[in-house]
Order: sequence, then C-alpha cells, then structure tokens
Amino acid sequence: MPIHEKSLIRPENLKTHDELVIDGVDVSGHWSTFIEARVVTDYNEALEEEIAALPGGEYIHRCWQCGSCTNSCTVNAINPDFNPRYWIYLIRMGMESELLRDKDIIWQCVSCNKCTYACPRDVFPEGVMKATSHWLELKGHTPKSPSMHFDEVFTEQIVKTGKIEESRTIRRFFARTKQALMQDWMIEMTKRMLRHLPIGMLTRMGLATLVAPRTSNWGAASKAMQEYIDEQEHERAEALNLAALAKRPEQDVAA
Amino acid sequence: MTTKEKYKKVAYYPGCALEGSGHSYNRSTKAVGKALGLDLVEVKNWNCCGAMEVKNVDPKLQTYLSSRVMSVAANEMDMDVVMAPCNGCYHNLKKAEYDLANDAESVEVVGKLSKKAGHKTYESGQVETIHALDWIKEAIGEDGLRERVKNSLSGIKIANYYGCMYTRPRHIFPEKDQGPGSESTSKPHFMDDLLAAAGAENVDFPLKTACCGGAHTLSDSDTSTKLVLNILKTAKMAGADVIATECPTCHSGLEMHQIRAEKTLGEKVDIKILYFTQLLGMALGLKPRKVGVHENISDSMRFLKEKGLA
Ligand code: SF4
Ligand code: SF4
Ligand code: SF4
Ligand code: SF4
Repeated sequence: MPIHEKSLIRPENLKTHDELVIDGVDVSGHWSTFIEARVVTDYNEALEEEIAALPGGEYIHRCWQCGSCTNSCTVNAINPDFNPRYWIYLIRMGMESELLRDKDIIWQCVSCNKCTYACPRDVFPEGVMKATSHWLELKGHTPKSPSMHFDEVFTEQIVKTGKIEESRTIRRFFARTKQALMQDWMIEMTKRMLRHLPIGMLTRMGLATLVAPRTSNWGAASKAMQEYIDEQEHERAEALNLAALAKRPEQDVAA
Repeated sequence: MTTKEKYKKVAYYPGCALEGSGHSYNRSTKAVGKALGLDLVEVKNWNCCGAMEVKNVDPKLQTYLSSRVMSVAANEMDMDVVMAPCNGCYHNLKKAEYDLANDAESVEVVGKLSKKAGHKTYESGQVETIHALDWIKEAIGEDGLRERVKNSLSGIKIANYYGCMYTRPRHIFPEKDQGPGSESTSKPHFMDDLLAAAGAENVDFPLKTACCGGAHTLSDSDTSTKLVLNILKTAKMAGADVIATECPTCHSGLEMHQIRAEKTLGEKVDIKILYFTQLLGMALGLKPRKVGVHENISDSMRFLKEKGLA
C-alpha cells in the first residue's frame, strides 16, 4: 500500500518489508508499507489541567483543532516538526509520551504571536507553548532551556534594580549557560561598533557597565515582587503535584 | 482638546534598550521631536516594563512593572499620554492597560504590589499609551511633515519593517483596524505614510510584520539568523536600499544577525538599516551625527553621502 501522507508520519512509525509474500502475492518494498499500530497505555488524564494551571495555558480547552496556529507559525516555517496544533491535541488527549518526543523543541517558540492573531478561538497558543515548556522543566523532562535561563537572568536583574543593563545581562546569561562570551560573530560585531563610536560614547558605555542604571527607591517594590514570585512558585508546584514527584524515586528505592 | 493638540506634549518612556544598544533611536527621536516643536517630558525615575522575558516567569509581574510606569506618568506627573518608541515597551504598556481593564485578578495583584511598593495604583484609563509613529502621525501629520522637509528622501527605496509587537496580539490595540485613518494590524502603514511624506519611495514589502526571532536572539541564535536573513533578502528582492525600523530590538536584531549570517553562513546581504526617526530627522535637515547614524552598528554613511543626505 503506497502511503501518500508519508511526510506526515514519523519515520519510526513506518514499517516496510523489503521482501514479503502474503498469500502468494509479492508485496515487497513500498507495497508492504504500514503505519505501525501503536497501543497507548500511559494516558495522563491530568495533563490538560496541569498545563492549564500554568500561566499562558488557561484557554487550551477552547481549541477546536483548526490548525490556523501551525499554519501561521514562524518556527513551523523553518522546522515542520514544530507543530502547536498537534501538541495541543496531544495535551488535551493526555498523550504524554507522544508529547515528550518533541520535548526538546517546544521551547523554541519565538513569541511572535502570529498564532494568537490567527486563532479563531482565542486559545492564545503562544501562551500554551510557554506553559508547556515550563511544564516540561518543572516535571524534570527537560533541563532548563537557554531561553528560560535568559528570562530568569533578566527578571532577577529587574526585580533587583528596576532596570536592564544589556551588557551585564548578556554576560550573566552566557555564564549561566556555560557559553563562551566572545564568539566569532560577536567579536566582529563589537569591532564594527567600535569603528564608529566616538570616545564620549565609549566612555559612557564603559561607565554604564560599572555604574549600572537603576531605578531609585526600588527596595520596597523589589521586596514585594520577590514575595509574589515565591508565592506563585509554591502554587504552581502544588498544581503539578511536584512534591509527590520528588518522593517517587525514594519510594522506588524503598520498594 | 483634539488628538493633535494632546500629542504635542507627551510623557516620554525611552525604556532600557534606548539607554544602551538603541541609543541612536533615543537621540533621533528627541532630535526629531525638537525639530518638529513637540514636547517630550521623560517619565520620572522609570523602571523597565519587563521586556519579553518577565512574562515567562510570571505574566502578572510584567503587568505590575508596566503599570508602575503609567502610574508615575499619571499620578506623579499629571500627564495623560505616554509615548514609547520601543515596540516592546509600547506593547507591554498596552497589554497592561488591557489586562487592568478586563481581568480582575490582574487588578488585584497590581493593587497589592503597588501598595507594598508604596506608590499609587495605576487604574486603567488614566493614560493613553502611544507609539512614536502615532505621535508624529497625529501631532504633525503627512501634510505638516511635507511642509517642513528640507532634504527630500527622494530616490531612496525603503522597506518598512514593523516587527511583531506593534500589531500583535490584536486585542490589546483596540484603536487599530478601525477603518480609514487608523492603523492596520495586517498591513501597517503609519511608517510608510510618514516616510512617503518625506519624499521616500516605499517598496512593496511582504514581511512588514514578520518576526526576527528577537525573543531568542541569544538563546537560539541559529533560528534568529535564519529569520533575519529571510527578512533582509526579501527586502533586497523587493528593491529596497534601506530597511526602516521602529523598535530597538528589531533594529539591533537585524544588525546583529546581518553580521552573524555573514560570519556563520557566508551570506552577505548589502542593505542599510536605519531607524525611521533617523530618516525623518535627515529629511528635516539634521546632520547624520545629530540623529546618531554613527552609533548604528551597520555603516550607512557612504550611502547617505551618495544620496545627498550627509
Ligand atoms: S488556531 Fe486556535 S483553535 Fe485552531 S488549532 Fe490552533 S489553538 Fe486550536
Ligand atoms: S508565538 Fe510561537 S507558536 Fe505562535 S506562531 Fe509564533 S513561534 Fe509559532
Ligand atoms: S522592553 Fe526593552 S526597552 Fe522596553 S523597558 Fe523593557 S527592556 Fe527596556
Ligand atoms: S520583530 Fe523581532 S524584535 Fe521586533 S518585536 Fe518581533 S521578535 Fe521582537
């Protein structure tokens, strides 16, 4: 049986026998191509609720699978495996193991909101992508993505000082993700920047890295925000039942 | 008061990027304002709006940060319009405005945080947030601009690049898509209108609102480089000499990945990248240095000389 939709099926699910005769009929090669039957036994019935409990995931239940999000998606255009509609489907069906096959690319959503613009049901798929990457990290399926590291470095700085000073943020980000700061293209960029900048500007930039900009009288706001962040983290851990998850390895050892 | 008069004096929210990599946008915005006789009063002791990052840690924290900026403008400065040239800032203030008008939980969290931080809580409707494009388009308009042009931009072909955050998501911009005179979210034209009034020729550019991958410019650089390369090449194919920008993040994203594409993929696209305020400023007779052309990473001096602007 030739399968016309081959490109839509994951290669590992396609089965072909190079030599096969059934009831005297030669069905070798593509005549014997089948989509492997899969038995799904590991439904996570709470999956949709868990995603919906994280910021951005609230409206996932509205999705009617029209596909407009995937059709308009910036990242899908360069990587066809990036498929928001499909992930929303898997989440709503509770098919966790299927979802996990794509765990390493979900964080690549660039937050362009083309999906949100196109979605006829106000699902806010961009938010669902963020909630899903967050969920993957909280559940320990993926390490923190470079993007989450960046968000955290950035947020910490704002909570602390009220403002962002770019070079400091970039340095901290590279340190936390263990990347070399001076990559080839960065050096080239810096060189081109320096070529045109007047001394005054350079001094100002140099000073900016020493005397970082900050909002004054920020202490009270900073404290209030930190308290709020801690509260939220606690609530999310409860919604995802992370305490039980942490206990499981101990129980496994005991058993 | 008409919108025209109302926009003559606005609270100016430059945002962090304009103090760093987007300094030339800051310089050119102020210079253009001055040349046009418009008044900018910087928001006192402002803080970052949260950019594209804080919302991923917690969206309501971002709403609070943006609300504080509007609270200062409204309650401590008695202003009723806040102008932000950065798409990120503009977008976040608009989003906070929307959430505070429509979501009781956001109102509660913002109220609680403002109280603890010791300042007045911002209430939706106290200020109107506009972009630098709205500001010039409404306060001066195409006719007003035409009268003031000293160096026409004629002979310069421009692809206008608006990026993502100026038009999406649609619901936070209730004033857009309201028929003639209003901005369009699918095919924005305010920047086209202003630059055309200054004499430039706008090319038909299909990627006006495409995304440059700015959110992951450092954490997923390869994706950003691919997206930027596509934008640069498409603008070039559409016949443009220059891509005009209206956001520091979009602008530096294009400049950075123009270089990165050259270095890592060996693809060089020769196209100039300038802020729309730099182009307008030069049309109004300002020297390139006055609008910070020398502070851009990409070098457009020779091109500007050829076109008689420098
Ligand atoms: S566009 Fe909206 S409704 Fe359609 S599949 Fe995507 S999320 Fe679901
Ligand atoms: S926001 Fe993310 S999921 Fe939505 S279109 Fe953009 S990249 Fe795709
Ligand atoms: S969006 Fe960017 S420029 Fe605007 S305040 Fe935040 S960090 Fe600063
Ligand atoms: S185009 Fe790029 S920088 Fe501009 S708003 Fe979109 S992602 Fe951000």
